[in-house]
Amino acid sequence: MQALLATQIVRGGGLVADLDRLGPAFAVMVTAGLILIADLVLPRDKVKWLAALAIAGLGASAIWLVQLIVRDRWASYFSDSMALDDFSVFFSFLFIAVCAGVIVASLDFLDRFGKHQAEFLALTLIATAGMMLLAGSRDLVAIFVALELTAIAQFILAGFLRDDRGSEAALKYLLIGAISSAVILYGMAFLYGIAGTTRLITTDGAPSIAAAIQAGEGGTRSVLLLAMVFLAAGFGYKMATVPFQMWTPDVYQGAPVPVVAFLSVGSKAAAFAVVLRVFFEGFGVGEAFVDDWKILFAVLAAVSMTIGNVMAVRQSNVRRMLGYSSIAQAGNFLVGIAAISATSEGDPIGASGVVFFLATYAFTNLGAFFAIMAISNRTGSDEIADYAGLGRRAAIPAAVLTFCLLSLTGLPPTAGFWAKLYVFNAAVRADLVWLVVIAVLNTAISAFYYLGVARQMYVGEPASDEHIRPSLPMQAALLAAAAGVFAFFVYPYPLIDAAQRAVQGFA
Amino acid sequence: MEGLLIFAVFFPAVAAAVVMIVVPREGNGEAKWLALAATLMTLGCTIVLAVAFDRNPGEMQTNPFQFESQGTWIDAGTAGFDVQFHMGVDGLGLTMVVLTAFLFVIATLISFGIEMRTKEYFFWLLALETGVLGVFTSLDLLMFFVFWEVELLPMYMLISVWGSGRKEYSAIKFVLYTIAGSALMLAGFLVLGFSASPTTFDMVALRGAPIDDALLPLWAIFGLIFVAFAVKLPMFPLHTWLPDAHTDAPTAVSVILAGVLLKMGGYGILRILVSLMPETAEDYGVWMATFAAISIIYGAILTIRQKDLKRLVAYSSVSHMGYVLLGIAALGHVSLNGAALQMFTHGTITGLLFLMVGVIYDRTHTRDIDQMSGLAHTMPLAATVMIIAGLASLGLPALSGFVAELMVFLGSFDKYTVPTIFAVIGILLSAGYITWMVQRVFFGERDQRWAALPDANHWWERVPMAALVLVIVAVGIYPSFIVDVLDTGMVNIAAGVVR
Repeated sequence: MQALLATQIVRGGGLVADLDRLGPAFAVMVTAGLILIADLVLPRDKVKWLAALAIAGLGASAIWLVQLIVRDRWASYFSDSMALDDFSVFFSFLFIAVCAGVIVASLDFLDRFGKHQAEFLALTLIATAGMMLLAGSRDLVAIFVALELTAIAQFILAGFLRDDRGSEAALKYLLIGAISSAVILYGMAFLYGIAGTTRLITTDGAPSIAAAIQAGEGGTRSVLLLAMVFLAAGFGYKMATVPFQMWTPDVYQGAPVPVVAFLSVGSKAAAFAVVLRVFFEGFGVGEAFVDDWKILFAVLAAVSMTIGNVMAVRQSNVRRMLGYSSIAQAGNFLVGIAAISATSEGDPIGASGVVFFLATYAFTNLGAFFAIMAISNRTGSDEIADYAGLGRRAAIPAAVLTFCLLSLTGLPPTAGFWAKLYVFNAAVRADLVWLVVIAVLNTAISAFYYLGVARQMYVGEPASDEHIRPSLPMQAALLAAAAGVFAFFVYPYPLIDAAQRAVQGFA
Repeated sequence: MEGLLIFAVFFPAVAAAVVMIVVPREGNGEAKWLALAATLMTLGCTIVLAVAFDRNPGEMQTNPFQFESQGTWIDAGTAGFDVQFHMGVDGLGLTMVVLTAFLFVIATLISFGIEMRTKEYFFWLLALETGVLGVFTSLDLLMFFVFWEVELLPMYMLISVWGSGRKEYSAIKFVLYTIAGSALMLAGFLVLGFSASPTTFDMVALRGAPIDDALLPLWAIFGLIFVAFAVKLPMFPLHTWLPDAHTDAPTAVSVILAGVLLKMGGYGILRILVSLMPETAEDYGVWMATFAAISIIYGAILTIRQKDLKRLVAYSSVSHMGYVLLGIAALGHVSLNGAALQMFTHGTITGLLFLMVGVIYDRTHTRDIDQMSGLAHTMPLAATVMIIAGLASLGLPALSGFVAELMVFLGSFDKYTVPTIFAVIGILLSAGYITWMVQRVFFGERDQRWAALPDANHWWERVPMAALVLVIVAVGIYPSFIVDVLDTGMVNIAAGVVR
């Protein structure tokens, strides 16, 4: 394990080279600042220019990332507190794409909302930068800082509308977030107490959490188990899994739709990235923990997906429904994490399954929320009852929404089908057949409410004959998401391959 | 030729896309004719395949499949669930493919009366055809599963938009039953694939591969997968979705549902369970036979009590598909052939029954049997065809139902005597409900309300009627031309069991 890392990743050299590796996240951060300044300088009707600036910043970040890859700058840097590896690169690209998609789709919303446009864009960029840092962090302190950077921007975004419902949602988000942060810190404190260091893993033989766990000195087992439970629970807030899932439906309903789209995809992916990093790099080496790990995450997965799905069935508001569905989906991701013992040719296929699932989920959920955005921009309602007949009034959003809901259910011909198959397959290999049976039965429950929305759109009678035609950028975003969902059904290989390379270091 | 098979499977989906994109919003006529052309084209392809099919492949083959094409579809890297594109047919698959293509032409024709959202209707119908054809030609478990699931959304839409009565309830009930079943099936497939060494989901390879150190005992794997097929078949007590779905679906969809979708259940049991786990199938045999007998008797009793004409035909399906299960349970060469033939004949006979129910309902606007009387006076043609279908359904010699049921009984009597005796009693019951239904609907006093009803007068009603009657009589008189084809597949499946 240590030897493998040493050959794969050279230690970073020099401050400049290390800062170079931080560049992509830094570029996004600087763009956020530039937008705030530009807001003061530019004349009225500036939202298009600000958005263009944001997209340009994200593009610059992507280019920076590409040149790092081309120049082979893979490294564990800043004394092993950050890493530029396949994993961080995969997620950085994912966050950039998600952020760009959300910004394009939020133009209509910002136009209508009319206030704080620059702030909205800047906060979204800051949260994205935080996520990119998070994906690269391999030190508990760095992880916590990046986590809070993301979270604080998101607290503000969640309460952006400043109406009653939005404020309530934001407050709930903040309070539960604070509790979960405390729980994470508690878990981290245990780890520090055992290892005497905050580094998850080191490349130069210095003490690390992984090494301490591997050494497995007597008497530390119960403490490590506690740490594991606290961390899983605390990160569960961001993943939207039990026991810190309560904020999800309220925020999904109360926050502006673009923010919800961003949270449901970006924030969730970031949370799973950090869980993969902490657990697979830190705990992964402790053979003694495999069974506890399996049970812990398998139970969390089963409970999350069941609670999420059962609650979602009863919802009459489409955003609340997707909030509960997001809890259920988080349960599906956890199935992959629970499948720790499923390795094939040395690759952790549970972890690669989660990464692949997250990427397809990004397309799927963004598509679904873009469609909801396009619809509610015109009808002003998120009640499922008001979706009646939209299949005829809003052909493109309705078709995209149906297709994405199909993908969330996990039915072909969508990428969501392979994603579920991938994690279930990992779970079967990890001897978790009971979990797979629970998961597949949950799929049947979820079909009920996902298809319920489709039914309203295609079977119900339209309330009016007015046709809903989304703006051009929105149409582009919708079709891009749907095309992604379909393309990765027909030919998922590139994504599967990228996901497997991303987690290779965890073996 | 293997290219032609792939073409036949995917052509309807391409046609569906063409209908959706090319036909203008109000282009009802174009959509109908395009759909008819597409389904006819597909039927033509499958007939060419049937002609080219080698009926005497000589010695027992380890691989009975013809027109095979194989390649990697999804390379899952180290994840180990590589999905192959593996397509091919043996005698059983070919028969089902031809039946499917044939019934979709019929379904398209009898949908010519649809004037509401016509374009969308044919889009879903054609999409459905690709899904069903894919199930009957897939030779990889995961690919089979993909096609199995593809059928859901089109069926859901077809029933819930173009259906009648409690259509939305029935549509979602159908979907939930199927998904719950297929969810367990997926778990079973995964365990089965990993238990083989080396891991594979290829049906041909799995047949040879020893299944050892399975995560679950074989009976559990068998059970997981069996539930999915039993729902589709349907087997008592998992049949309750069927009467609702049938009753509320539009006529053409009922024809497809009875004609081919139920066959997916029987086909799955034969192709996957009996082929890949013959010993376990043997262990399950007595249970399958028992539940088959219950399905037959219980279905028949419920049928007699129905007052709704369409529901009556629907429940008779539960009873008749019981014969398929009984034939499979006995696991003999003859009984398996009987089961397979019963799948074909039930597809045509019940398809015709539903067609005629649709024709009658179109004119009377009621399906209540008590309301009908003396319809034979005003609709002689419809009455004649319905009676032919009814007689075929109750197993009159010289019509196709007789041959199949006889083969099932011959094959299963020795092994499962008691269930077979009950199954034969089922024939008596079916004679009862068919003749009673005919008597009430077509004979008796003339009802003045129905005096002015037109007979089956549209060409697009008459052509399907004629075609189905022709097939039913032809198979009844000379069953060999289908049994020979079926046998090339069944001989292999039976060889795995009969030692």
